[in-house]
Amino acid sequence: MIKTLFVAGTGLEVVERGQGRPLLFLHAGEGLAPERPWLDLLARRYRVIAPWHPGWGNSALLDGMGAVDDLAYLYLDLAAELGLDDAMLVGACFGGWLAAEIMVRSTARFSQLVLVDPLGVKFVGRDERDITDMHALPRAEYLKLAWADPAKGEVDFTRLPDGELAAIVRGREAFALYGWKPYMHNPRLKHWLHRIDRPTLLLWGAEDRIVTPAYGESWRRAIPNARLELIASAGHFPHWEQPEAFVARLAAFVEGSR
Amino acid sequence: MRVWYFSEMAYHPAWEEGLQRGSLRVVLPNRNYDPQIGHQLLNRYLDEFALCDEVGLDIMVNEHHSTSTCLTISVPMALAIIARETKRSRLLSLGTPIANRPDPVRVAEEMAWLDVLSGGRLEMGLVKGAPYEIAPANSNPANLMRRYWEAHDLILKAMSTTDGPFSWEGEFFHYRNVNIWPRPLQQPTPPVWMTGLSVDTGRLAAERGHVVGTLLSLSAAGPMFEAYRQRARELGWIAGPDRFAYAAVVGVGTTREEGRRRANLAADYVRTSPVVAEPFTNPPGYNSLAANIAMLKAGGRRGGFVRDRSGNPVDQTTATIEQLIESGTCFAGTPDDVYAQIKALSDSVGGFGNLLMFGQGGFLDHADTVANITLFAKEVLPRLCELNPEPKTAAVAAE
Repeated sequence: MIKTLFVAGTGLEVVERGQGRPLLFLHAGEGLAPERPWLDLLARRYRVIAPWHPGWGNSALLDGMGAVDDLAYLYLDLAAELGLDDAMLVGACFGGWLAAEIMVRSTARFSQLVLVDPLGVKFVGRDERDITDMHALPRAEYLKLAWADPAKGEVDFTRLPDGELAAIVRGREAFALYGWKPYMHNPRLKHWLHRIDRPTLLLWGAEDRIVTPAYGESWRRAIPNARLELIASAGHFPHWEQPEAFVARLAAFVEGSR
Repeated sequence: MRVWYFSEMAYHPAWEEGLQRGSLRVVLPNRNYDPQIGHQLLNRYLDEFALCDEVGLDIMVNEHHSTSTCLTISVPMALAIIARETKRSRLLSLGTPIANRPDPVRVAEEMAWLDVLSGGRLEMGLVKGAPYEIAPANSNPANLMRRYWEAHDLILKAMSTTDGPFSWEGEFFHYRNVNIWPRPLQQPTPPVWMTGLSVDTGRLAAERGHVVGTLLSLSAAGPMFEAYRQRARELGWIAGPDRFAYAAVVGVGTTREEGRRRANLAADYVRTSPVVAEPFTNPPGYNSLAANIAMLKAGGRRGGFVRDRSGNPVDQTTATIEQLIESGTCFAGTPDDVYAQIKALSDSVGGFGNLLMFGQGGFLDHADTVANITLFAKEVLPRLCELNPEPKTAAVAAE
């Protein structure tokens, strides 16, 4: 079911599917893609609540602009609006960055955190980068770094209807709006990761070369109660590339850390 | 009509390498630039600008970054030199890419300083900048135009405020004491120019009375100028030809062959300009939603701005001189040919009062450039001055 929720004056398009413990899922920079099998697999176990971030899909930008901290507060408002309690917070890629920004502010409504190949933090020095410059790569090169099997990431845009293309274009703009400079990270965030006082799983595509497992290891060290697990034959989007393994690992963590 | 000569001060010795690598910009390492050759070229190009003053042409300077196609990296630096070497030419900055500049008040200061230095000869272009300028500046493309308009408003306020300081607490820019010294000689500001390709730009420029220019694109010029005229009428004024500028490569010779040869060499500007590594050609948010949808539907192919008279895109990188003349990108031939081509194009878009003349480009050498400038000024310019003349109320340079 897709519905529009009004939170803090902003219309947010949200997919809700499944029953059970609530799981707030924050999507990647490339979008939500609820038509891929990951969502139904996840919804067999949990009540999945998956918004399109402001700027993606049909969700409006906040005041035509907004920044990552706005999104963190917006989702805390959404969690309050929905009365979420003892919920799971799951974020992939850009959504992982958002999830971390939320949890350093308040962990009150969430019992567990799953970060899937998150962006958002800088660990290395000024002459190096943790996060590949996705916007300096031709699409074919990007796919090689972002997918274990690049063919799975290819989309034939010429066959999509205008409405879907518009959503893709808006999402690309929004991704740049929030993450262009500093590139896909908040320089202050790593100083606050110690505030995340919930069991945390860093779930990582073993073949991810947008943000590598070594970057995941830096995340693991920065969050007090975190563990890092790799998913084989997956790149930057393990929930899309290996959906069964993704859901199985997530569920094992959720059940095991209660 | 006024004619504004300009050259991008190209570093063409690196073009072959850039073409082989598929990018003349952004990712072409600067080891391909020999500063000794660059020294000769920059000085030569400045001599050619200075010549324009002697023969009665006005002068335009633009800037680009991280590229072998244009080594003018700062309009105010180049115009500061040219202002000292010239006496009569009006000096058009077209312009400062203000959404890529961190400090709009600095832009206002520099422009005011140039206006004072030149005795009120400055015309001030505030431009969006090309898509591949985003990477060198690392400016956010997704809010580029919001930043553009805030910078635009702040620059004009800084230049026209005489009882400052004033404060500015905007979305992007914050100052507590804006009070620029010097203030410009032309009050309240030097004439303001914009560039663009769209109907929207035409309307927005009309709402401010700015001059609007379009580069090398006949297909864009007509609709943009018409949108401007219509918006001006809605607002109760008549937009004359002096509000419009059209840029084209110009090659003139004593024979048709000579003029075409010169234009053909200068037109390498048009052929090399779009050769940019693909990721930098369309940063997210730079182009409109509709344009991006069209690009995705076309399998990622981008329509260039050069189109033939039927509106079909012409591949800029391989276009012949005949195609470029046909598309209104080049004016070439004898003085009679060139005048006739300019007049026909101007008439077809409702009349423009400013021709931006790419009179040098790449491999057109100094002797040919001097001959091109001199012959144009002698044989074509006097006739163009009669075409779409300036309104009598136009600002006059201070003595």
